[in-house]
Amino acid sequence: MAEPIKAVALISGGLDSMLAAKVVMEQGVHVEGINFFTGFCVEGHTHAIRAKHRARPKRNNALWVAEQLGIKLHIIDVIEEYKKVLLKPKHGYGRNLNPCLDCKIFMVGKALAWSFMEEHGFDFVITGEVVGQRPKSQRRDTMSVIARESGADDRLLRPLCARNLKPTLPEREGWVDRGALYGFEGRNRKPQMELARKFGFTDWAQPAGGCCFLTDEQYSRKLADLWNSRGSRDYELDDIMLLKVGRHIRPAPHYKLIVGREEGENAYLEGYRRQFIALRPTSHKGPLCLIDGKPDGRDVRLAARVLARYSQGREADRVTVVANRPGGECTELRVAPMPPSEIPAAWHV
Amino acid sequence: MAGEAQFPLETLDARGLLCPLPVIRTQDRITALRPGTLLDVLATDPGTLEDIPAWCRVHGHEVVETERDGRELRIRVKVLGGS
Repeated sequence: MAEPIKAVALISGGLDSMLAAKVVMEQGVHVEGINFFTGFCVEGHTHAIRAKHRARPKRNNALWVAEQLGIKLHIIDVIEEYKKVLLKPKHGYGRNLNPCLDCKIFMVGKALAWSFMEEHGFDFVITGEVVGQRPKSQRRDTMSVIARESGADDRLLRPLCARNLKPTLPEREGWVDRGALYGFEGRNRKPQMELARKFGFTDWAQPAGGCCFLTDEQYSRKLADLWNSRGSRDYELDDIMLLKVGRHIRPAPHYKLIVGREEGENAYLEGYRRQFIALRPTSHKGPLCLIDGKPDGRDVRLAARVLARYSQGREADRVTVVANRPGGECTELRVAPMPPSEIPAAWHV
Repeated sequence: MAGEAQFPLETLDARGLLCPLPVIRTQDRITALRPGTLLDVLATDPGTLEDIPAWCRVHGHEVVETERDGRELRIRVKVLGGS
């Protein structure tokens, strides 16, 4: 008996990749999903951190989509490998620090490599791309760049817009019927909505600003600030996770404060006490503050004054703040809360 | 639980990791385990209570027990013949 044709679908958790996988499944192809965790993905962790999001479903959208489709989903940690994509994107950045074209090339290439592994043995790769839908990564010219530079070439099938593109290997070989694929084009979402209704899908993730923090202006500004302050473009996972949490205030190039904005963020920052100087008001209720960098004693005192401004003692003459150093050394400071007018806007990253 | 004592029990410490990392660590560990093995995943991200069962459902494994002790979570997975 012949081996079934197998395809691996890039599943982001959004509607288009869900539809693309479904279109191919409808043709009798065995489909499994793949999802890459870069560290910049929006969902899961952010919902888990902020108390105000606790009521939201904490589902992983890609897993949820896999369940709706009834397929396996393989989630791959690409945090380390992704650094070269973000730090030196061959095709440059989008509006913010989002290297969308390089990112797509990387992910299709990773999916292809994974699918060709002996124990997996897949025949082609599916994405939910649509010609003209995104200004950089989903243009007719850049979509051919993705196919070529990922190495997938004509083993990359885009079922939602395939009829606008040259026939790929799965179409030419008859593994899928080109006539049952689609010719969507442009930013109009109505055809996708209609197809979703046809398949009976009534729910899907629509994260505001997309599924990647790098498309977010404020996040990108914090990342650029991190690189500028360190004098090098590099990062560890903790760095980029902390950029998602708290107020970031940089009084001087050699240190910055990360001040929790609410209970959930304070609890998350607690986990970093062993790596950073941690400040907490003790005379009044208030947030936790971490100091990232190399502050001297005067800097720590200034940090305590800024922190006092965000505590319930902001109107008090003095607030007591305890500073804990990673080695266990503990200092008690009595400080005057810094008035908001004395905190320059430029300090807020 | 008495009936499960015959199965080997392994532990995965995913405390302090945020989703989807606990799921990825679980997936990678289970790939190397034989059917019948029990895996206790220790975690602190409440998202794991949704995500690990969801991952198990799509891959054909079974969550046999979950336990919460303050912020700490323990999810016991029985490895079946899935992925």
